[in-house]
Amino acid sequence: MAETAHDPADSAEQVQWLRRKANWIRLSAMTMTHHAHLGHTGGDLSSADILSVLFFGGILRIDPAQPRWPQRDRFILSKGHCSGAFYSTLAARGFFPVEQLKTFMDPLSMLNGHPDRNKVPGVEANTGPLGHGLPIGVGAALGARMQQEAWRVFVLTGDGELQEGSNWEAAMTAQHYGLDNLTIIVDRNRLQQGDFTEKTLRMEPLADRWRSFGFAVREVDGHDHAALLDRFGSLPFEPGKPSCLIAHTTKGKGVSFAENQPAWHHGVPTREQLAVAASELDAEVNW
Amino acid sequence: MSEMERTVLSEAPTTGKLFDCRDAYSSALEAMAEQDKRVCAVINDSLSSAKLKGFKTRFPDRFINVGIAEQNLVGVGCGLANSGMIPYLCGASCFLTARALEQIKVDLAYSRTNVRICGMSSGMAYGQLGPTHHSIEDVAWTRVIPNMAVVVPADHIETAAAMRYSLHHEGPMFLRISRIPVPQVHAEDYTFRLGKAVKLRDGNDVTIVTNGVLVCRALDAAQTLEERGISARVLNMSTVKPLDREAILDATRSTKGLVTAEEGLAAGGLGGAIAELLAVEHPTRMRILGVPDVFAPTGSAEYLLEHFGLTAAGMVQAAIDLMKVER
Repeated sequence: MAETAHDPADSAEQVQWLRRKANWIRLSAMTMTHHAHLGHTGGDLSSADILSVLFFGGILRIDPAQPRWPQRDRFILSKGHCSGAFYSTLAARGFFPVEQLKTFMDPLSMLNGHPDRNKVPGVEANTGPLGHGLPIGVGAALGARMQQEAWRVFVLTGDGELQEGSNWEAAMTAQHYGLDNLTIIVDRNRLQQGDFTEKTLRMEPLADRWRSFGFAVREVDGHDHAALLDRFGSLPFEPGKPSCLIAHTTKGKGVSFAENQPAWHHGVPTREQLAVAASELDAEVNW
Repeated sequence: MSEMERTVLSEAPTTGKLFDCRDAYSSALEAMAEQDKRVCAVINDSLSSAKLKGFKTRFPDRFINVGIAEQNLVGVGCGLANSGMIPYLCGASCFLTARALEQIKVDLAYSRTNVRICGMSSGMAYGQLGPTHHSIEDVAWTRVIPNMAVVVPADHIETAAAMRYSLHHEGPMFLRISRIPVPQVHAEDYTFRLGKAVKLRDGNDVTIVTNGVLVCRALDAAQTLEERGISARVLNMSTVKPLDREAILDATRSTKGLVTAEEGLAAGGLGGAIAELLAVEHPTRMRILGVPDVFAPTGSAEYLLEHFGLTAAGMVQAAIDLMKVER
């Protein structure tokens, strides 16, 4: 199952392949949640296309055979609760055998509900509490600069997560030091655990907020693989500035009964729902 | 006991030459940065009180100021360590430990990152500024977190030695760096060993276990006790975690009771750690000297130490009380 980044014959084929990969990540994450009776389905599904493009679209310079290769790009999943999609991505990319996904949240499994860098190859930071990823990413980007290394840092955050003030502390540092080797990707699915973000604590004007903090901001349909490839291919968006990509997504994307439903933040699919999801995603999970 | 230690024993802390441990820490950090290109410093605005003007001048590319933002300070440290650097996070202990406690737990301890936290002006050093600026909880908070090493040096010699040790330590470390001037209690050639108590004076009646700015006062207390016919052992327990179990258990076998003293809350710190050990392994009479369950009033550090009996006289009295109970 382990595969390297895809070398496409043409871009249409690559986009099709990335979509299939993303849908496999979706079904794998839902299957894990089904077995564990715990998980975060909504966010797993909204972030799957972003993960697919980063890990299988040739964006991240990584080597699954050397997870701690010093020159690797750093990918930090700040929304650590979306570990189902992240573990599925790492396993599919070859960081560990896909069969281990069966152990998600089992007693003593390395696949904790939230990622642990000391147990899971490919994990850069222990996340779970929100608002930790961006400060860590800023530190890593500063470290790359101190060592005059060309590797880059990518941080994937949720949108509700940006209510944590630590993100904005880190944003000020990123601006001050002009960290154009740092990219934050916001999974803008507009839902947080309790309700829609705009009903809970207004996030808009989100792009203007990031601009005012000194980031070069682009927006994208977070489920459009070609558009994601294009944006990631044009980093940094502006020299001398950290980049922010607001990826507009749908929580629960790809599975009709879960789309845009607050209850599916941590909904657990039944066997029947899993079958419906497999059909809608046109995917098969047999690990 | 070395000649140096004997010399110091005869001096009262207030009459011997006094040193600011921050000078030793900043000199050590500069020397380590000279030696190892991975060493970098991160501060939250407090350039002067962290005594890093020299570092910034000499190593501007390895000096980061994140502004007044402690959560970010610790997260940035974690990221720097991920990149291969060895960051020293320097800031007032009261803010650094309290405001960033979740980052210390998750980004440093749970993640086992090679980050060093230098909690400056700890304890009651900022006495007059009030309880917001007292850092009397920092040892209790950090020592209960798995994977953390917690070190409270006694003088400038031990501060520099602990800093040099920290360069090669695996995992996160909290170094509590006081600004209360203290006399020298360790010899110039002192080698810091993590998790090892230093027996500064032997005795067979009572043991005084302490660290930080109270070590010199414990030596004075032992001298007074000797004049009163009580033989006191003095242990500098500069490493609160990992705790030197053997030194404690040996003291309980060799002496009749333990007085612990710390410049912080009596609950949860050094005395608490020792009590947890002895309650299970070797129940022993103890007196735990520290700040009781109150916020301290305003007053200079010296005033507050006096106020809470964290003095040589306070330790003498506690030892005498303990001996009375024993008899």
